[in-house]
Amino acid sequence: MNKRFFHHLGAYLLILKEGISRPENLRMYWKETVRQMYDIGIGSLVIVALISVFIGAVTAVQFSYQLSGTLIPRYYIGYIVRDITIIELAPTITCLVLAGKVGSNIAAEIGGMRQKEHIDAMTVMGLNTANYLIMPKLIAALVMIPMLVTVSAFVGVIGGYLASVPTGIITDDEYVRGTRSFFKEFNVFMMLVKAVVFAFILTTVSSYQGYTVKGGSIELGKASTNAVVYSDILILLFDYIIAVVLTG
Amino acid sequence: MIKSVDIHKSFNGTQVLKGISVEFETGKTNLIIGKSGAGKTVLLKILVGLIEPTSGVIWFDDVNYTALTKKEKIGIRNQIGMLFQASALFDSMSVEENLAFPLEMFTTMTRKEKIDRINHVLERVNLEGINKKYPSEISGGMQKRVGIARAIILNPKYLFCDEPNSGLDPKTAILIDELIKSITLENNMTTIINTHDMNSVMEIGQNICFLHEGKLEWWGTRHDVLESTNDTLQEFIFASPFLQKLRNAAIEQGTKLD
Repeated sequence: MNKRFFHHLGAYLLILKEGISRPENLRMYWKETVRQMYDIGIGSLVIVALISVFIGAVTAVQFSYQLSGTLIPRYYIGYIVRDITIIELAPTITCLVLAGKVGSNIAAEIGGMRQKEHIDAMTVMGLNTANYLIMPKLIAALVMIPMLVTVSAFVGVIGGYLASVPTGIITDDEYVRGTRSFFKEFNVFMMLVKAVVFAFILTTVSSYQGYTVKGGSIELGKASTNAVVYSDILILLFDYIIAVVLTG
Repeated sequence: MIKSVDIHKSFNGTQVLKGISVEFETGKTNLIIGKSGAGKTVLLKILVGLIEPTSGVIWFDDVNYTALTKKEKIGIRNQIGMLFQASALFDSMSVEENLAFPLEMFTTMTRKEKIDRINHVLERVNLEGINKKYPSEISGGMQKRVGIARAIILNPKYLFCDEPNSGLDPKTAILIDELIKSITLENNMTTIINTHDMNSVMEIGQNICFLHEGKLEWWGTRHDVLESTNDTLQEFIFASPFLQKLRNAAIEQGTKLD
């Protein structure tokens, strides 16, 4: 078990070293990066927005239930929805979802290229394949995922509003007052730190799974699943580490 | 010229290649033949640099390829063209984009120069006018020819072909063989073909390297193949009952099979 873990860790770090080196042809890399930005960013916008609106809505409804019968002012619902969305739900839930959508896609794309000998063809041409296949995806993810997380936070707060104001749980004034109370810019910083770290994890882990795939379609399916499972575990682990480091 | 000196390769303790020393000549079609599992593909992948040998040395002309660093190897790799068994064309790209890929990556050609070069190589493989088609829209034989076009687009000094005829009908297979042979002669390339197609052996095999159980069992020209007294080679060549009958008939009639 330990031997296998260190084997994979070593191989992951070696591929990462290859993947994050100086690009050979900036123009081609730029073209690929833009394509990836579109796939990761625009391609995930709808699912992220949809999930975020429900996360915000559920958070608002749950907190209104928990605060009922207490002396805590009702406008706290807006405050809680805002902070929990920014600090935790937007970066973590969005990135867990993206690990499923983007991560499995990356693993399947690179793994498919490995199986169809596309990677061998590029290697024979003289290309640093780890660099060409990973770097554009990583840059695209590091740019687009924090943007998606920011959108998720906004939409989550709107979702909270939609679930609590029109349904009469609290008034419009109370919700807006709540969202404008006790605001700490540091929380937004923490959200962006999480988004960047999680983007790095889900892209590199998924790329590694795809790049090292051996065998046929069953192995490709396994690699795709492993990409999601390991990314999710690492995202949750680093969520805890970041929380401890930044709030400790 | 490409030369392998005492190449050994093991996978998880199993020895696949056991000291292969062979020289592949420039301007000739050099064939690696042998049964499945004889180590042909492993040898080809070692020669092209996709697999590291356990021990031994590979020479590309006067350059010791095995002693080069990863960065230095890129210089040699830019002079290598390779046709893969399944063509390995990028299926999300059109034929033109597939051919443009190495040009965009490794040259500073203008767009017009690239298009001219692409059209030239497509014409060379008799596939004019399919620039905008996708690999899925063309036949297996056409895919192989596009694969050859991509392999030669950077004017390589060395051409490697892994099972170029697999999955093709005999007529198309002959066409591909002739194309590889003529391109080799025109450009004075060192061409190495990994095959078990006996027709290719007899039609284009100028130098033949026969591998058996990871060892170089026999080496010679196609003229020598039929006259060889090596039993293992004869067993391999005349494995097909039809060829056995043909050989026996030729012997009876006193005709020389060549």
